[in-house]
Amino acid sequence: MSDTPALLILVAAIFTNNILLSNFLGMCSFLAVSRQLDAAVGLGMAVVFVMTCTTPLNYVIYYDVLLPWGIEYLALIVFIAVIAAFVQFVEMFVERFSPKLYYALGIFLPLITVNCAILGAALFMLVRKYNFAQSVGFGFGAGVGWALAIILIAGLRQKMGYSNVPRPFEGVAIAMIITGVMAMAFMGFAGMVSIQ
Amino acid sequence: MDIVTPVLAFTGLLIGLSTLLIVAERFLVGYGVCKIDINAGERDIEVEGGQTLLAALNENSVFIPSACGGKGSCGYCKVTVLSGGGPILPTETPLLTRQEIRRGVRLACQVKVREDLRIQIPEEYLNVQLFTAAVDSTRYLTHDIKEIRLALRDPPEISHRPGQYVQVQAPSPEGPVFRAYSISSPVYQPNVVELVVRLVPGGIGSTYLHNLHVGDTVTFTGPFGEFVLSEDPDVEVICVGGGCGVAPMRNIIYTLYQRWPERSCWLFFGCRGTSDVFYLREFQQLARKHPNFHVVYALSEELTPAEEWGGETGFIHLSVDKHLKPGVRRQAFLCGPPPMIEAVTQVLLEKGMRPAEIFYDKF
Repeated sequence: MSDTPALLILVAAIFTNNILLSNFLGMCSFLAVSRQLDAAVGLGMAVVFVMTCTTPLNYVIYYDVLLPWGIEYLALIVFIAVIAAFVQFVEMFVERFSPKLYYALGIFLPLITVNCAILGAALFMLVRKYNFAQSVGFGFGAGVGWALAIILIAGLRQKMGYSNVPRPFEGVAIAMIITGVMAMAFMGFAGMVSIQ
Repeated sequence: MDIVTPVLAFTGLLIGLSTLLIVAERFLVGYGVCKIDINAGERDIEVEGGQTLLAALNENSVFIPSACGGKGSCGYCKVTVLSGGGPILPTETPLLTRQEIRRGVRLACQVKVREDLRIQIPEEYLNVQLFTAAVDSTRYLTHDIKEIRLALRDPPEISHRPGQYVQVQAPSPEGPVFRAYSISSPVYQPNVVELVVRLVPGGIGSTYLHNLHVGDTVTFTGPFGEFVLSEDPDVEVICVGGGCGVAPMRNIIYTLYQRWPERSCWLFFGCRGTSDVFYLREFQQLARKHPNFHVVYALSEELTPAEEWGGETGFIHLSVDKHLKPGVRRQAFLCGPPPMIEAVTQVLLEKGMRPAEIFYDKF
């Protein structure tokens, strides 16, 4: 079991081990929804919320249900089911109590169900053997890291509307290149902390 | 290898999650009772949240016209939502103009009631009622146009203005649809509604109405329509109809001569051939009683040798041009196919009428 403090894991998950820029998880929605800054902020917030909740939730299910029953090999499929159900639940909850937030998140909330970064965070939590507090920190940090990455690239892509991109690189191609450049820039944080 | 435990555990987990969601739905998706304020306090209704605005209004006997039955394809159910409707949906934008979007116009069938709403609807929608009626008689006016007389049952009387229409509910494989038909019976016969229906091949509404038998029950909502007959007896009334577009004219003319026997009125009716002519004798009789009523029927197609015709020939806008003198105070009501309406509008404008005095129903 790793003994890194939860707070440090949180910071590391945002910068040094950014789930998007160092693990390249959640790329599909990252590329699809990063055209507009406000949409990116909406999706980013939704991911932060869902990741912060599902990572500890999956921790509890894994260590309190799957492991005692000796069926931990079902972890992958159970995590997916839990994430899907949770997203559904959150959607209903938000629609009921905060219509404003519901409209702001709009279509993004159901989209998150198929965001592999969410599942990735749960699986990292498992292979890195975090305890509960660390799982909370990691879930929140990974969410914030993902949100940070998509907000940054949305800002860049919006700005790029004014620049002269060569025709073959327009659209997703240039977005992929920028993502690569951003990932390299984030590698500058790499030596600070390690949570592998 | 033990296979029962994992299967049971996984199934149990899924059932648990589903139960959680169903329970959550029960408690969360009910929005409770929402208030809808119509036209700044003129009518306040309380509805169960979670349904569409159109359904909520219908349930409370506020009938908004809708031809597609809430699928968001006809764009008839426009209402102005002043507060509480949420942002406009992508399903609505194609059917609204930019101006309408700025004013807050929404499609009632797409707006979900989630909170208290303040909406604005045309005043007359509040007078619209749901009627059930029995078919009193039907008769063929031409080979494909039928006159259907409906005797009102509940409520027993309808109060409408000449030129207005009703929305008949017709069954279809995808649920009931509404189709608009003008009322051809005069307003002083409030316990009947007569419709003039041309059979459109494959048409849902006209096929349904043509196949009705005496005694069958028909449901419709109404009255709808913005035409207001001028109350000034010195204003001449011009009615121009084509095909079964004579239906609202008949209502206007009979209503008019009951109130103002001396008022001047012209009826121009364009047909293809003699087999399309109907109501002519009825109108000629009326013209003998009221010397200021002028009836002009014109046939647009060449006569076959077997046909006899004492009236005019050519397109109807040419007859309008020939008979009307310029510079008379007038009000016009046009009803027929779009090219006819355009041609007649052009002629009327040349005679000095203002666009605001020309009403039309295109079909």
